[in-house]
Amino acid sequence: MSGTFVGMPAFPKAAHDAVRNTTLRANLKHATHTIRDKRARAVAELDDWAALREAGKQIKDHTLRHLDHYLVQLEESVTAAGGTVHWARDADEANRIVTRLVRETGESEVVKVKSMATQEIGLNEHLEAEGIRAYETDLAELIVQLGDDRPSHILVPAIHRNRGEIRDIFAQEMGRWGRPAPEGLTDTPAELAEAARLHLREKFLRAKVGVSGANFMVAETGTLVVVESEGNGRMCLTLPETLISVVGIEKIVPTWQDLEVFLQTLPRSSTAERMNPYTSTWTGTTDGDGPRTFHLVLIDNGRTDTLADEVGRQALRCIRCSACLNVCPVYERAGGHAYGSVYPGPIGAILSPQLRGTASEIDASLPYASSLCGACYEVCPVAIDIPEVLVHLRERVVEGGEVTLRGTKVTLKPAKGHAAERAAMRAARWAFTHPAVLATGQRMASRTRRFHPRTVPGPGRAWTATRDLPQVPAESFRDWWQRTDGGKEGQK
Amino acid sequence: MSSRDVILGRVRRALGGPAGAPSTYATDIDRSYLREHGSRTTEETVELLAENLADYRAIVHRCSAGELPRTLMRLLAEHGAQSVVVPPELPASWLAEADPVRIHDRAANTAAELDRADSVVTACAVAVAETGTIVLDGSPDQGRRRITLVPDHHICVVRVPGQVVSSVPQALERLDPARPLTWISGPSATSDIELDRVEGVHGPRTLEVVLVSED
Repeated sequence: MSGTFVGMPAFPKAAHDAVRNTTLRANLKHATHTIRDKRARAVAELDDWAALREAGKQIKDHTLRHLDHYLVQLEESVTAAGGTVHWARDADEANRIVTRLVRETGESEVVKVKSMATQEIGLNEHLEAEGIRAYETDLAELIVQLGDDRPSHILVPAIHRNRGEIRDIFAQEMGRWGRPAPEGLTDTPAELAEAARLHLREKFLRAKVGVSGANFMVAETGTLVVVESEGNGRMCLTLPETLISVVGIEKIVPTWQDLEVFLQTLPRSSTAERMNPYTSTWTGTTDGDGPRTFHLVLIDNGRTDTLADEVGRQALRCIRCSACLNVCPVYERAGGHAYGSVYPGPIGAILSPQLRGTASEIDASLPYASSLCGACYEVCPVAIDIPEVLVHLRERVVEGGEVTLRGTKVTLKPAKGHAAERAAMRAARWAFTHPAVLATGQRMASRTRRFHPRTVPGPGRAWTATRDLPQVPAESFRDWWQRTDGGKEGQK
Repeated sequence: MSSRDVILGRVRRALGGPAGAPSTYATDIDRSYLREHGSRTTEETVELLAENLADYRAIVHRCSAGELPRTLMRLLAEHGAQSVVVPPELPASWLAEADPVRIHDRAANTAAELDRADSVVTACAVAVAETGTIVLDGSPDQGRRRITLVPDHHICVVRVPGQVVSSVPQALERLDPARPLTWISGPSATSDIELDRVEGVHGPRTLEVVLVSED
């Protein structure tokens, strides 16, 4: 994945700092609670939600099980419709392909519709280094780009900013990128949106190259789908002469009919609307309507490695709705930046360590960025069992084992920093299999409870740095049971 | 080895060999979800379309086929439109009473020209009642995708009940995937500033839908 987040601290450190930022926490709490309440109402409108969710899961699972077939079929149908398909095994190759395609048009700027895939590969930074300006055209992405910031939410990338901050960014930065913000800009949403409209329209009207992602690709017909609200997607997909779409290989659905499931579940799960304001579909090129040249860049970038893991594979079902972020108590407090990845929240905690591997400190920490409460699984419209994958990845971090990296099977060593935890778990296992030892230990713990510290020194600090030690009860359950005969004697 | 072969090879290894043609597709997917939600008469379906369109801040009008020219004239006048973009095969009678200058949809029109147009009038391919969505498929009475995108005011005429379906599954059945489709639910909107919904960052800020009853 991208180098954008290299050097980010591991999740516990980043979260530790983020929870002390009261503005951030207030912005996040307001936003996530508003969206989650609206989502619950939108979902409740459909009596068959459970059936739609199950069908979505099955369609994605089926596609993943036959992914080679559907990739080849997609390539054929896109080509037959007048498009050109390119394959990129990693971020670097994808960036090089896009750069070459832009160069071939003779242009030095592109307009972009927000795309997780291009953020993942760090396309904007790569293009910038190659002398090509990439303008983000989604309002929130514009706020992020002008503020020299990073997105912190899949759907609402500037969720961490309030309107006062947005006003200041517009007033200070718009002029450096193009049309400046109007004089006397206030912080009302209508004025801010108007400033963005004027600033970006100037870019759309002259743009020759558009770059997009896609929410879905239909193998049978070669159709790509983009779902959005503002119309910047439509601008990027129809006004330029050349369109380059960069899409992960997992975004395939087999047939046109399959869209009937996802066009019902995605909008309600993400923006909590019956339908998002705009959905565009295009199949290759159409004479006289829209771009004359269409390129599809299919990216792997860790997806096939994820596919090789039978438990972790389900993360590839994700349709990027972000419902899991909005219900997550950890995300709500830590914010998206703490995850050190373009995919924050619960889905990011399972997707990033699979796409990037668990070698770095930040990636090894992500499977722990969860309370395992299961709310994310409940809301997921394709029923990804995120807690199951989190636990699976924790095991990988602690125990190591066989994984696939860039298509090759390798044996991972246990991650550093987990030695004390491993030793503690081994000791616990021994104690749990020796009842007399356990009983004695519990009795000892109860009698000394007044002297227990809140945190542990030495190697145990890694554990208590992020949580308080539990309070030991005055009496162990076994002792209580014995004394009261299972409660029959009454409590004293 | 090409990246195509590398990626397909990785996929096949991950799956434990080439999976081959998916003969199980028909049985793998349980499609017991509903084709539409609730049962409604034709009138009720049209009523639901009107409600849901309005709920997403489209402005809904209803008239008979005979009243359509007058209605369109009135809507354009109320908007103060000096110019209106017209798809190549919009029925000529629709705008027979309208005053604004016609800008005919042609491939040669630049985006800047469209940006100067005040309004656009189109037909549609199908409308979805449950979601309050109109779908355009680029037919000659709807024109190129950009003509309903760049001007700030879009009037869309929906023939009821013929063009109205209840649900998303029913809409997909009627549509041709080979055509470029635009699904529109209300005017352009953003909720990116503290989740306050604001109309129109990029697309038309005003969407008017005329439900015209078929004679």
